[in-house]
Amino acid sequence: MNVEVTLLPGIGVRKDFALASGRRIGVITRKDGANELIVSRKDDPDATQESITLSNEEAAALGNLLGSPQLIAQLGEQHRDLPGINTRQLPVRKGSRFDGRPLGDTGMRTKTGVSIVAVMRAGQVQPSPTPGFTLVSGDLLVAVGTADGLDAAAKILGNA
Amino acid sequence: MAETALALTELGAVFFVLGLLARVAGKFGVSPIPFYLLAGLAFGNGGIVSLGGIDEFSEIASEIGVILLLLLLGLEYTATELVTGLRRSWLAGLVDIALNFTPGAVVALILGWGGVGALVMGGVTYISSSGIIAKVLTDLGRLGNRETPIVLSILVFEDLAMAVYLPILTTVLMGASFLGGLEALGISLLVVTIVLVIALRYGSSVSSLLDSKDREVMLLNVLGAALLVAGIASELQVSAAVGAFLLGIAISGSTAANATRVLEPLRDLFAAMFFVVFGLATDPATIPPVLGWAIVLAVATAATKIATGWWAARRQGIGRPGRLRAGAALVARGEFSIVIAGLAVAAGAVEGELAALATAYVLLMAILGPIAARVVEPVAKVLLRTKPAV
Repeated sequence: MNVEVTLLPGIGVRKDFALASGRRIGVITRKDGANELIVSRKDDPDATQESITLSNEEAAALGNLLGSPQLIAQLGEQHRDLPGINTRQLPVRKGSRFDGRPLGDTGMRTKTGVSIVAVMRAGQVQPSPTPGFTLVSGDLLVAVGTADGLDAAAKILGNA
Repeated sequence: MAETALALTELGAVFFVLGLLARVAGKFGVSPIPFYLLAGLAFGNGGIVSLGGIDEFSEIASEIGVILLLLLLGLEYTATELVTGLRRSWLAGLVDIALNFTPGAVVALILGWGGVGALVMGGVTYISSSGIIAKVLTDLGRLGNRETPIVLSILVFEDLAMAVYLPILTTVLMGASFLGGLEALGISLLVVTIVLVIALRYGSSVSSLLDSKDREVMLLNVLGAALLVAGIASELQVSAAVGAFLLGIAISGSTAANATRVLEPLRDLFAAMFFVVFGLATDPATIPPVLGWAIVLAVATAATKIATGWWAARRQGIGRPGRLRAGAALVARGEFSIVIAGLAVAAGAVEGELAALATAYVLLMAILGPIAARVVEPVAKVLLRTKPAV
């Protein structure tokens, strides 16, 4: 993917790329910290059809929504030859008792045998988090284990 | 004591009226600058109400207004942006100068204002209002458009050109010879280059010198530094405003963002005062005789800016509608045209009619510019439908 980075002097930075359909899609990061999601028009690829202002939290949520299924699919693909191994995403919900606590506190591996192979936060992937990695509500844990183990893990996080 | 009371009442009344005008401008989504100018015309000599007793304050306040306008303009840009912008747009920038400086200069010569008048009016018609244009592009959701970086880098070129033009203007206004003007050109090019190099290499140390977590300390530091630099620059005849602009460029990163935040209200206050004072100095009775020329200039320079934008956008492979949008976006003139005319009037080196023409011209262009940017899309649709596609 060829992401084009363009300075907008006095305003911020635009990062965008062309879709297979010919449209451009991208993000403008403004100097005042605002994010804008931009989509170009069909009939005029130079013009913007829609420009949507997102708060940092909203941008992160959108990034997770778009990024995590792909990561899960990739992991699933890799584990296809190992029967009984599943990949699942487990969210750390708002008000979770692990909000602000290290990953090690969940005791996930000891109790359920499930491995947390990645944490998705703000559209970014933190691969192989250590037990000292601090969880924050809104994080998505990518967990690998048996179906029973994953159910137990979801219970620990208070999601089941 | 009675004098103070009068001055306070007058100032209060002026600011209150400006507040009301800014609110009206905000409601219609237009720039408040033409309204401030009109207020100045109404208050001033020959106007509806005459103000006395606040001359001294308003004079220094309008000086500070110009300094803050340029300081915040400099703060908006980082040195990197300026250098990349310059690299990307220098050719378009030169076309811009050729097309838009000429109409003003020619009209000044026709009206018999001589070389100095031509230099001033050329500057007035050349410089687009980066403030108005950035706001219009944001409001219309065009920041993501492909032609927008082209528009913005032309503005960057214009703002840098100001840093070279203003010192030349200052020396010429003081009655220097052609050689003196060349010397000023040399000095200002040198100073701009040195500041850009310092800003690129040591921008963070300049910033940390002025930075503070405390808002109050920050405000006093940056304002103090700006006035100091402006004073020294003015002493060296590099023009106070340019000194402040260059200081703004040298401050970067989070310091620039914080400085902008604390200084913005001050800028709005003092810049408003600057526009009013400029209006005050202009006798409304002098405007009707030059109105015809103002309209001629408005039409001609709207066309030349559209041509500039069209040309620059075409070079970057933008389609026809985008070229028209780029051109129309550049039409607005505003604060810096008044800064140039204000310098000339304060120096007393030009005819009073020039101030009247500049006022009438900016009144037209500050209103016409945002309208042009808005209506260009439907107009482009109609216009370009009849032409064969490229």
